[in-house]
Amino acid sequence: MSTNTTQDSATTHAAPKASVLKDLDAVRAMIKRHKLNDYIFSLIGLLALMLALLTLLTLFTDLVMDGHERFNLEFFTDFPSRRAAHAGLLSAWVGSALVMLVTFIVAVPMGIGAGLYLEEYAPKNWFSDIIEINVANLAGVPSIIYGLLALGLFVYILDLGQSILTAGLTLGLLILPIVIVSTRESIRAIPIAIREAAYAVGATKWQVVYDHVLKYSYGGILTGVIIGMARALGETAPIITIGALTFIAFLPPSPITEVAPFINFEWLSSGFTVLPIQMFNWLSRPDHAFHINAAATGALIIIVTLLMNGTAIYLRYKIRKNIKW
Amino acid sequence: MNTATMVQNQSLELTVSPRLAKNVRRNIKERIIEFILMLAALSAVATTLSIVAILLYESLSFFKTVSVVDFFTDTQWTPLFEDAHYGILPLVSGTLTTSAIALAVAIPIGTIAAIYLSEFASHKTREIVKPILELLVGVPTIVFGYFALLFLTPLLQKIFPELPGFNMLSAGIVMGIMIVPYIASVAEDAMRAVPMSMREGSYAMGATRFQTAIRVVTPAAVSGIVAAYILGISRAVGETMVVAVAAGQQPIVSFNPIESAATITAYIVQVAMGDLPHGSIGYQSIFAAGLVLMVMTLCFNILGHMVRKKYREHY
Repeated sequence: MSTNTTQDSATTHAAPKASVLKDLDAVRAMIKRHKLNDYIFSLIGLLALMLALLTLLTLFTDLVMDGHERFNLEFFTDFPSRRAAHAGLLSAWVGSALVMLVTFIVAVPMGIGAGLYLEEYAPKNWFSDIIEINVANLAGVPSIIYGLLALGLFVYILDLGQSILTAGLTLGLLILPIVIVSTRESIRAIPIAIREAAYAVGATKWQVVYDHVLKYSYGGILTGVIIGMARALGETAPIITIGALTFIAFLPPSPITEVAPFINFEWLSSGFTVLPIQMFNWLSRPDHAFHINAAATGALIIIVTLLMNGTAIYLRYKIRKNIKW
Repeated sequence: MNTATMVQNQSLELTVSPRLAKNVRRNIKERIIEFILMLAALSAVATTLSIVAILLYESLSFFKTVSVVDFFTDTQWTPLFEDAHYGILPLVSGTLTTSAIALAVAIPIGTIAAIYLSEFASHKTREIVKPILELLVGVPTIVFGYFALLFLTPLLQKIFPELPGFNMLSAGIVMGIMIVPYIASVAEDAMRAVPMSMREGSYAMGATRFQTAIRVVTPAAVSGIVAAYILGISRAVGETMVVAVAAGQQPIVSFNPIESAATITAYIVQVAMGDLPHGSIGYQSIFAAGLVLMVMTLCFNILGHMVRKKYREHY
């Protein structure tokens, strides 16, 4: 179209013909150049993206390649040892599981409670603002600072020692902001009409919150909890800071006993090690044989955290897709 | 008549009707629940206060022995030696150097990836890539430490044979790669928030995708993008395991990336791994170092939120 009109004007006014065509060529060249720019940038962009994604793949392949020879049952049932080939993860994965249990018990009720309070109860005043700013800032505090808090407060002032309880409390506080933020986000998505309907039939505030708000935001909260737990599983720095031992060749006392009352709490005050610490320990040895163990442990940690995060992301995707208020 | 007096007597005994009595109980229960939930919310405030209190308390004991001037001007950090020096500068220089390398890697790659994802990629690509970026953010840092020490360092040593086994370059690069998904994800969110009409206006003027992305969308989203950078810096400064594993433990004032150096976080790990008695000057020194780290990251976090708030465009 545009070329036609240009040609028309070119035939009626013979004089400017050459310059118009020249301009046209220049414009065409410009368009070509810009299209090329577009193309080049999209290639660079794809490359940048691939670089980020391929790193994960390289990282994982590297760990599996280095550590695959240790993938066997003994690796999970042996205690750490001075001989790399006989060293296993038993105390580490049991320690991780127990620490995660404490973390869950600490972070989930507190995080959901805080999220509920901030969304449903908190009056709009300076006090609520302070809590809100505070939660946002806590999420940005480096994890090692939580370790220092734990070292000063839990280990020495409260005298809990370098125990599973201390580690669980520390990681619980660390993931608290994650649980709070995800709770608030999923509560905010519930339309006000749901609450009003419940109030209209005479429900109290807590009945509204417990029977409706909490139940409908369940999936979103679960997503946050899983992401938080995955983060806690991989955290190393705060647990090193509280002085967790790296060579643990025993298991904490069993939480479940054969005689009444069937539950004991001795394990809470037991010494422990966790997967990332065991990996760090093996990694910091000069002997290459231990690096193989570290690689195998790393692959295990990646698999577990990716599975947890993957579940959470899938869950969120499902919820977003299914719920239409 | 008779029943009426009975009712009157009853209500006098109860002082309130059963229905109202139930309401009082209900109200008390509601109040208790609200109080418990408020305590949960306050636990977040309590955590912050305890962090500040512990850091200040132990640091104050530290500064009774070490003068503040020495702490900020001495260029040696040897708290565990006979001839003890307490100058935070070597640790700060190590922290800043590794962070700078990380950002030199993360900012270009992260920004380009964000622009591509937001402006060039198809809907389907974005739906697949965004969750993967989130997965990458969740990979534990110790694993990246392994990557830096046993994959990247040997690789770099093939190019620079004089590179030591522990160096800031490798740790910084890996840290940068680690931050890329974070920056890309946050920056992409900021760019997606730019309204479609602005892009359409640009396309209507004959601009290409690239021109629209660079001259319209990026400037419109600049507050969010800069906030992503600043939060990225904050993460790099506070990152512990990668530098503890791969950057070494020598506290020297050096901005040379191919040297080995200690960061604030690596020092804390190093001391915590040893068995320092509670209350010793070495024990207190990690809290002083932690305080410096906390102040640094807090400044970056506040700056990031301020940038986002102040320069946010309202559409």
